Amino acid sequence: MALDNESFEILLATIQRFIRERLVPAENHVEDHDEVPEEIVAEMKELGLFGLSIPEEYGGIGLSMSQEGRVAFELGRTALAFRSVFGTNVGIGSQGILMDGTEAQKHEILPRVASGELIMSFALTEPDAGSDAASLKTRAELDGDHYVLNGTKRYITNAPRAGAFTLMARTGGPGASGVSAFIVPADTPGLRLGKPDKKMGQRGTKTCDVILEDVRVPAANIIGGVPGQGFKTAMKVLDRGRLHISAVACGTAQRIIEESVNYARERKQFGKAIGEFQLIQAMLADSQAELLAGWSLVQDVTRRFDLKPVHESDPEVSMRASCAKLFCTEMVGRVADRGVQIHGGAGYINEYKVERFYRDVRLLRLYEGTTQIQQIIIGREMLRSA
Amino acid sequence: MKLLVAVKRVVDYNVKVRVKSDKTGVETAGVKMSMNPFDEIAVEEAVRLKEKGVASEIVAVSIGVSQAQETIRTALAMGADRGVLVETDVAVEPLAVAKVLKALAEKEGAQIVVLGKQAIDDDMNATGQMLAALLGWPQGTFASKVEIADGTATVTREIDGGLETVALALPAVITADLRLNEPRYASLPNIMKARKKSIDMLKPEDLGVDVTPRLTTLSVSEPPVRKAGIKVPDVATLIEKLRNEAKVI
Ligand SMILES: Cc1cc2nc3c(=O)[nH]c(=O)nc-3n(C[C@H](O)[C@H](O)[C@H](O)COP(=O)(O)OP(=O)(O)OC[C@H]3O[C@@H](n4cnc5c(N)ncnc54)[C@H](O)[C@@H]3O)c2cc1C
Ligand SMILES: Cc1cc2nc3c(=O)[nH]c(=O)nc-3n(C[C@H](O)[C@H](O)[C@H](O)COP(=O)(O)OP(=O)(O)OC[C@H]3O[C@@H](n4cnc5c(N)ncnc54)[C@H](O)[C@@H]3O)c2cc1C
Repeated sequence: MALDNESFEILLATIQRFIRERLVPAENHVEDHDEVPEEIVAEMKELGLFGLSIPEEYGGIGLSMSQEGRVAFELGRTALAFRSVFGTNVGIGSQGILMDGTEAQKHEILPRVASGELIMSFALTEPDAGSDAASLKTRAELDGDHYVLNGTKRYITNAPRAGAFTLMARTGGPGASGVSAFIVPADTPGLRLGKPDKKMGQRGTKTCDVILEDVRVPAANIIGGVPGQGFKTAMKVLDRGRLHISAVACGTAQRIIEESVNYARERKQFGKAIGEFQLIQAMLADSQAELLAGWSLVQDVTRRFDLKPVHESDPEVSMRASCAKLFCTEMVGRVADRGVQIHGGAGYINEYKVERFYRDVRLLRLYEGTTQIQQIIIGREMLRSA
Repeated sequence: MKLLVAVKRVVDYNVKVRVKSDKTGVETAGVKMSMNPFDEIAVEEAVRLKEKGVASEIVAVSIGVSQAQETIRTALAMGADRGVLVETDVAVEPLAVAKVLKALAEKEGAQIVVLGKQAIDDDMNATGQMLAALLGWPQGTFASKVEIADGTATVTREIDGGLETVALALPAVITADLRLNEPRYASLPNIMKARKKSIDMLKPEDLGVDVTPRLTTLSVSEPPVRKAGIKVPDVATLIEKLRNEAKVI
């Protein structure tokens, strides 16, 4: 699955122009009001951004992973809240259905996901199950042809905007094989939202708890129709998500470097532009080299990802995707730190973009598998395949 | 009513243009290319005329290298109905382009040809005018407003002294200025649809046009770097310097 190159180049140019003309100028608004303006959300829908990764037959654009990576890079170059609006539709919220859903589920859900009419979230994490997702406690008990769900999901991105959730709950015994993935409409009785989380950064993104009390969901809403497959589905979804996040991290690093270079050219101390000091150049050079290394890695792994069948996971590719997430998200943390340093006191002041990016990128090392979890995946695979 | 819109592939306006080391032209290898911004405005105007029910079909035309198909494809994604690429590797000049467009306008039976007022690569600002002369049609250049009714195009033009409004009996040539409109984004679904629209491939010979350049480029160089100015304490010093140093008065 991929878009032909000519159309893709036009699409990328459109997205670049949209980011430059519409999103970057709205960054201050998002920071000050903690929300993405409604008219921008409407424009995103009209533009087709919600359907980037959904195949054409389901009303989307059908980008390959390498193409999606290039788009994610561009989206990383502005406040991450914009990407988040449609990020779960493109990624974790919908991919489970695309990868493992029945034809009926795909036809029913995906066209609405692609148009942005339906916002989907991904609900795996719980108060007592984060990195150890396989230990999740949300129960799903069979009652006739319905399941009854009880439990709490935590930090669910876009939950306040969501029309439906890809939600992991336990239908069987302990461990990964007891987990099933459900499609849960947000308006199902018994489902309610916690109060919005107050976060360190990424202002304008929305996360909160999702609380399930005797929520009745048709058994037919299990993704793929077969119970016990949900953990596998979730892991495949996260594999792909990791590459997307890696590309976003590179885009943000690029933006921070641009902000820093511009500042270093303008700011004068000791009678010169600080960019003329080699100690400043050293910081810029380290950031540039690390960014290019990370971006090369992302491009390489996304290419490998595209070579394998969509529905299969290849441990070698997963290991590399984890390497990309590990390296790129840590890399952008260092780049952001240097960006603040180059800005001196200004880097600590909210008016300057680097101050925001510094907080925004901190999340990238935590969600969709913390850095330590990536290390575990990589190390385990190295020993397994040796 | 059929509209012809001319679109040119140029170095993207965000790119810092560099002169080739051998001074034969500007560097285009590996450089991002896009539709000439004034042509985007022309396409937008044509699409609006179609949305208003004035135009029935929009044909986007480009003259140039094979990659200009991408430029046409962008016009199709914005709303043009089909494309024509007149393919040539020769660096085409305004007169050659005007001749090609004349042939196509006649072949297609177009009522209006819309162009950008100039292209941002060589800034010639000549093609539209030459085309109008060759066709013997009236022209409304530097348009900031266009209205079509009863076989007449009423075009508001941006001129040095302000605005001028002309009434043109159709068929006519219109060239777009910056303030005519704000071009829409080619939405991703429309980019997908544009893949199914057709682009006819022609050669200049097919239209009986000779596009051989008539101009010779001797050398291309960067403009000299501007030196910092100076501040003068008063008008008297200014006049003194203009007279004795700059020798301009
Ligand atoms: C803003 C935000 C948005 C989010 N969006 C979503 C969402 O949309 N959907 C969703 O399901 N989840 C979401 N999450 C949850 C996110 O995926 C988890 O926070 C993350 O997986 C970490 O889990 P935890 O917070 O429970 O931390 P813990 O798992 O408690 O980890 C705490 C620390 O222990 C380390 N650790 C844990 N296990 C080990 C081990 N075996 N070896 C070594 N170190 C270990 C971790 O690396 C970390 O440093 C979001 C979180 C945030 C903050
Ligand atoms: C929250 C906050 C509270 C503060 N409180 C006070 C206060 O109470 N009183 C007060 O007087 N000030 C205060 N300051 C100012 C603070 O001391 C300065 O911000 C700090 O000294 C850095 O100066 P600057 O911001 O102008 O950065 P700059 O001097 O512009 O530095 C920018 C970058 O250039 C680097 N750099 C500068 N010169 C060189 C060089 N020769 N070679 C290599 N690198 C160089 C710096 O290390 C830095 O990375 C405060 C600042 C903040 C953010």
